[in-house]
Amino acid sequence: MASNNPSVFLLMINGQIEGGNFPEYDDLYCKYCFVYGHDWAPTSGLEEGISQITSKSRLSPHKLIWNFPLEITFKSTNPSGWPQIVVSVYGPDTFGNDVVRGYGATHIPFSPGQHTKTIPMFVPESTSRLQKFTSWLMGRRPEYTDPKVVAQGEGREVTRVCSQGFVTLTFHIVTKDMKKLGYDGTPSDPSNTLSPPTQSLYMRTRR
Amino acid sequence: PDPDSDPNPGPNPDPDPDSDPNPDPDAGPYHAQHFSITYRYHTVIVMEGRKLPDDAQPRYLEEEGLYVGERPPVTPSNENILENRVLKQEEGRRWFGDDGRILALPDPIKESSTRPPLFLLEEELDPALHTVYHKAVMSQHAVRGAGPQGEYQLDVDVSGLIFSHHPLFSREHVLTARLAQSYDLHLSRGRGNLSLHLTHKVRAPHPQGQTTSPTRPEPPTRSDHLTHKYRLEVRSTRLLRDGELEKDRALLRTMVTLWKEVKALRELQRYSNTPYKLCLRREEVERALDERQYEEEVLMEVMEQEAESEELYQKRLGAYREQLEEWKVWRRQQVGWGQVEPGGTRCLPALVFISPGDAGVCVTRRDRSDQVSTCPGEVALTPVCVCVRAELARREEVLRRHLLVKVLYNEKEVSQTDRRALGPDFRVHFGQIFNLRVRNAPQSIRLQVFEEVGSAPSLLAGVCVPVPEPSVLTGRTPTEELEFSSNQRVLFSHEGVGSDVPFSFQEDGGNRQTLLTSGKMACCVSWGRGEEDAPLVTIDPLRRSAAHRESSSKPVCWAAESRLDPNDPQNTAVMQLLKVACSGEVTAPEYFRLEQLQEEFNFATEEELERSRRFRLLRLRSQEVSEFRNYRCVPSLEREVTDKTFQEYERRLREGDMVDTREHLDSHRALVAKYLQKIRESVINRFLVAKHHYLLSDLVMEEQVPSIGILGLNLFKLAEPKRPLKPQRKERKKVTAQNLTDGDIRLLVNIIRAYDVPARRPFSSRPPAPARPGGPSFSESFAAPPPQNPAQGSDWLLSQVGWVRPFVEVSFQRTVLQTSPAEGPNPCWNQELELPFSAPNGDYSTTGLQAVKDVVFINLFDEVLQELGDDAEGGRSIHTRVERHWLGSVKIPFSTIYSQARIDGTFKVDTPAVLLGYSKERSHGDGGGYDTVRSLSEGTFLTVFITMEPQLVPGDTVREKFDSQEEERLLLASERFEKEAGLSFPDRPCLTSVIDISGKMVFITRFIRPLNPPPELLDAFPNSPQDATDLVARFVSLVPSLPDSTSFSGACDLWSTSDQFLTLLAGDEEEHAVLLCNYFLSMGKKAWLIIGTAIPEGPTAYVLTLEQSRFLIWNPSSGHHYGQHDTFCPLQAVGCLVSADNVWFNIQEHASPMRISLDVGKAHLWKPFFSRSFPHPGLASVQPPELLYRRSDRAAAAELQERMEKVLKEKLMEWRPRQPTRWNRYCTSTLRHFLPRLELSGGRDPDDQHRLELQALLGDYRISGFPLHLPFSELRPVVEAVFSTGVHSAEASNVEFALAVYVHPYPNNVLSVWVYLASLLRSR
Repeated sequence: MASNNPSVFLLMINGQIEGGNFPEYDDLYCKYCFVYGHDWAPTSGLEEGISQITSKSRLSPHKLIWNFPLEITFKSTNPSGWPQIVVSVYGPDTFGNDVVRGYGATHIPFSPGQHTKTIPMFVPESTSRLQKFTSWLMGRRPEYTDPKVVAQGEGREVTRVCSQGFVTLTFHIVTKDMKKLGYDGTPSDPSNTLSPPTQSLYMRTRR
Repeated sequence: PDPDSDPNPGPNPDPDPDSDPNPDPDAGPYHAQHFSITYRYHTVIVMEGRKLPDDAQPRYLEEEGLYVGERPPVTPSNENILENRVLKQEEGRRWFGDDGRILALPDPIKESSTRPPLFLLEEELDPALHTVYHKAVMSQHAVRGAGPQGEYQLDVDVSGLIFSHHPLFSREHVLTARLAQSYDLHLSRGRGNLSLHLTHKVRAPHPQGQTTSPTRPEPPTRSDHLTHKYRLEVRSTRLLRDGELEKDRALLRTMVTLWKEVKALRELQRYSNTPYKLCLRREEVERALDERQYEEEVLMEVMEQEAESEELYQKRLGAYREQLEEWKVWRRQQVGWGQVEPGGTRCLPALVFISPGDAGVCVTRRDRSDQVSTCPGEVALTPVCVCVRAELARREEVLRRHLLVKVLYNEKEVSQTDRRALGPDFRVHFGQIFNLRVRNAPQSIRLQVFEEVGSAPSLLAGVCVPVPEPSVLTGRTPTEELEFSSNQRVLFSHEGVGSDVPFSFQEDGGNRQTLLTSGKMACCVSWGRGEEDAPLVTIDPLRRSAAHRESSSKPVCWAAESRLDPNDPQNTAVMQLLKVACSGEVTAPEYFRLEQLQEEFNFATEEELERSRRFRLLRLRSQEVSEFRNYRCVPSLEREVTDKTFQEYERRLREGDMVDTREHLDSHRALVAKYLQKIRESVINRFLVAKHHYLLSDLVMEEQVPSIGILGLNLFKLAEPKRPLKPQRKERKKVTAQNLTDGDIRLLVNIIRAYDVPARRPFSSRPPAPARPGGPSFSESFAAPPPQNPAQGSDWLLSQVGWVRPFVEVSFQRTVLQTSPAEGPNPCWNQELELPFSAPNGDYSTTGLQAVKDVVFINLFDEVLQELGDDAEGGRSIHTRVERHWLGSVKIPFSTIYSQARIDGTFKVDTPAVLLGYSKERSHGDGGGYDTVRSLSEGTFLTVFITMEPQLVPGDTVREKFDSQEEERLLLASERFEKEAGLSFPDRPCLTSVIDISGKMVFITRFIRPLNPPPELLDAFPNSPQDATDLVARFVSLVPSLPDSTSFSGACDLWSTSDQFLTLLAGDEEEHAVLLCNYFLSMGKKAWLIIGTAIPEGPTAYVLTLEQSRFLIWNPSSGHHYGQHDTFCPLQAVGCLVSADNVWFNIQEHASPMRISLDVGKAHLWKPFFSRSFPHPGLASVQPPELLYRRSDRAAAAELQERMEKVLKEKLMEWRPRQPTRWNRYCTSTLRHFLPRLELSGGRDPDDQHRLELQALLGDYRISGFPLHLPFSELRPVVEAVFSTGVHSAEASNVEFALAVYVHPYPNNVLSVWVYLASLLRSR
């Protein structure tokens, strides 16, 4: 492997699904999966996962904690089709049927470092009031044929959704060989370029 | 930054001093975040103190006598909630007033409604309140109105118009109009006074011209030259002046003649119409001054001419002197030499000149012109009563005419003037000013003159008024006179001369003239002024730039023409401008760029994009080109994309028309394959767009609203046993095929049972009971099984004879699974096999799945256990070898499974005509109660259930509105017919109009027409019509079948005509059925097309014939025929019958052909399309009148046969990589010899002769083999079929193979392929 002129770059993702904020629901669990373009391939780690069921407690009456770890490495040749994580949350309804409580998706952050993301969640709505009633009665809420639908923009115009709550994720991103292939993923804001001036200041005082 | 910190700095702002000042330290960030999302409301009454600033007392303004409006009513609990919430907020207190209540505006609702009541019960709605519908109209100029919004005003002043000719002019009018015209001309000339100007110029003081004395002959100097030029100039000016004067005089003369004519006309007609009169006034001229001036002028002219003559004289004099000198010198020389040369006399040159005094200057002088003027009103108009009748009519007509002018702005009428009567003088005064509020940039302003006779105004003429420059403002512009004319032809019976009509002034009709209506309109257009005199001008950027361009290009030409003096200080500004304009830098570009900054944002130039292989790859992938549609991991670097990637794609592009015959063995079929590929591509491109069109059901899974019936059933289900003994198949949820990946889809094949599996028979040299060709009968079945020959079969199979251990092997996409073997000829497996499915290129879209061409092979094998006997170990161990012998197969295309979602039924197993070692006689022992049913048909049957997991939604056939050449009435009727049929019997297919190969709707009966079968087929059995019929059916079935859904990816079912079908040599069941039906009709049979459903094809077409009062149902793709009451007829439901002149829909209770009457004459059982109320309109057939066939080509068939045999042998060896493959040549030649006989017999086992023959020749071999028969389309299916039999998997070390291929040619390149495959095992 020639490290000098690489042909792929790597994106390593560590992190966790910290928890969710669903004021009206309890006993929820979540699933995640990744959606990525043609030029991406996972090299290690899990592409999909399902978490434990979490209940609310007295101490945190509104926050559900999953702390579900994510660890995956992608290799790619093209930033187009950058991976997205799709999170879907499920829980029991009044009659104990497992129904979906929210879908959400976000892109994996581009720049190396630590990131926290809060994804708003939503679920598809029933097409009519009667449908809504029967779906409530039978415990079969409308759901996406595939949770990956929420990561793509195509065909969304035919659906109606209702917002549900939030899920918080943290990411620790490491990239390799991005710059060598000509992709600059680091942010250009001055907070990251803080180190050189302090260094020079230090030098000046030494002199 | 801390991720958990709340964006709100005060997470729990509590400004109330009463509450706990220290927030709960335990309230973690999660708690804080919760507040940002939800807020739980409180209805507790808020204390006064919390709402007011510290230690402030509530102040009630009302009590202090101030007016306070009534607050809107709010319930106290709501108010409390609001107050509580507001107080949570930062600076929440500012929402409260002095009185401690929330600030509120007075109730805005009025006591009584101010709107008039709209609905009155007792009376009608007020007409003024009616809603009026106005259709929205798109303004064509609205788009152009890109200029800034603002107030712009154009003032159009229409002051009046004068006709210079009008159809109602009388002759006198014509003359007077001309007189007036020339007078106008005269006036304008007088105003310009060109002649006077020229006169002054002539009289200007002469420069030093006279000073040149005639006595001083000088060489011409520069000043002299100037003088000369000046003189020339003066002379030309004089000439000009004389011309002008001449013109003036001519004009005067015309006026006088015209006037005389007018007078003559008035005399003639004894009345006058016009008030014009020409007065010639002699002007008092100061004769003395005039005389003097005249004298001076004459003098000057004389002097000039004198000077001219003088000059001439001087010139000539000089010349004379020179000559004289010359002569003198010559003379002297002559004298000096003293001799006179003969003939050399040279005369003294003569001096001839005109003395200045003699010059006769003749200046003709006329009297100074008389001043001319016309004085209107001096001629009294003749009163009406005196006029002649025609003139009377004309005058009345004039009085009836009214004129009005319409103003059109940007070709839209904006306003019009009042109607004004046309006066006897043909002048109309309007004097109206229109102020146009302009919103769109002015393109054109037009005035249209309308003439009204009676009531209807008619357009007389239009005048285009130039759009004023922005500097043209109201008040400063003089009125312009714009001419207009019209070429309308108007003819009158009265005195009016008309327009575009020749007329004459003279009584004898000579000197005819033709005049057109014309006139002048006085109007003026200018930009309005707003308040404070601000001009209300739109500045149209386009116009401005145009004006600028014009202004820069024009002066260049002008300057070049007028030879401007570049050094003149007056011209500096102009020259500066010209310099800039000519340098070329200001030239406006000829194009206009929309996004001028686009280039800055292009990250690579077009050429780079074109050149780069990587970009090309990315682009092709996003265009969904089939080769790259799901290309994974495009390399990041240019150099890693090799040209190899594009090779295939480029080859496809290049070979658009070229044909590769190597792959196809047959050039004609290669062409057809190419053609089909092309059609397919175009169809796919058409539906690529549709693929990206989603429905809600594609994205969201939602339970259907249950109806009462379903609810009831569900309740009923509660009482059902949890695990029933005979479970019913349930409908499963359907999955759209878009989000699937490899391995998600499995094919479930449930093998249930089989009937009448061929049983083993012993090898014997003695023929068994001869089988009747018509099929075995009961009597035969009861015949005892043939006794074994102990000599040959003693060591094996003795117990197995008449027995069979069949098992089923299913192969799909090279995955092979098999059931466990069952016992006996009527086995029951009831076993489920699960085969994985992977779509080509991982393309799981509907289109991709529909295009899958793979076939599920269900093969029936017999498992033969063979004891090899004891060997070295001396009988202590017994070796058994498991052999399997192919018995038959069922092929089901994947596209059928996909489109039908499930396949459930009993299929006839395709058994080879000859099965060596097996007898097809029905085993009778355990037939039991099924016999009555099965006895009606022959062959082996297999009951299977095939479906997919998860169940995929088959692609919708896109029912577009195709164009059609049918009548609209017919199309409507057809649509209605199909709809009604669908409503009453949704499961019966009904087709009345179909789509032909060019994508047009064609009525179905047009496809039916008697067509001649190939003559060779008819000649084959001249005296047996039954055999000929079978042969024709066989011919049709030999045309390869190609489902439309695979070739056209489910777009639609295309029907091709029979000649197209025979040219393409590929088609669906419908094409087969149509061709067969047409052949039968031409053979004189009564035949119909059946549109129905069958297994495994689904909706399909069969052929029905009536033979000797018996209905026969033909399967066109297999060539078999069934009786109407045949149990195993694959046709399950009959939807409609089609003949050449009608379509009948089945409205009987049942759809199965067994249970219906097929007599279409019964109207209560069959609903006809064309009835007495809607008769057949005489539709012409789309089929050709006659089919032309190419003769069968034996040579090509033989060549193909050879090539195919070679390929198959190679393949067979390739499939056996471990073992050597030996070929038994002797057996092969025997088999090859036998194949043509099979073809002749039409695929039926001819006799046992062959078997015996083989047996005799290969006595010491055990043969298991069979002939395969299939129509030829290309090589791949043949290879596939051979592979599926599994002959190659024989593992015995001493096995030998025999393979023979026979290709039988039929007319029109239809080929029947036989492959005889056998494995031989030396028994000793």
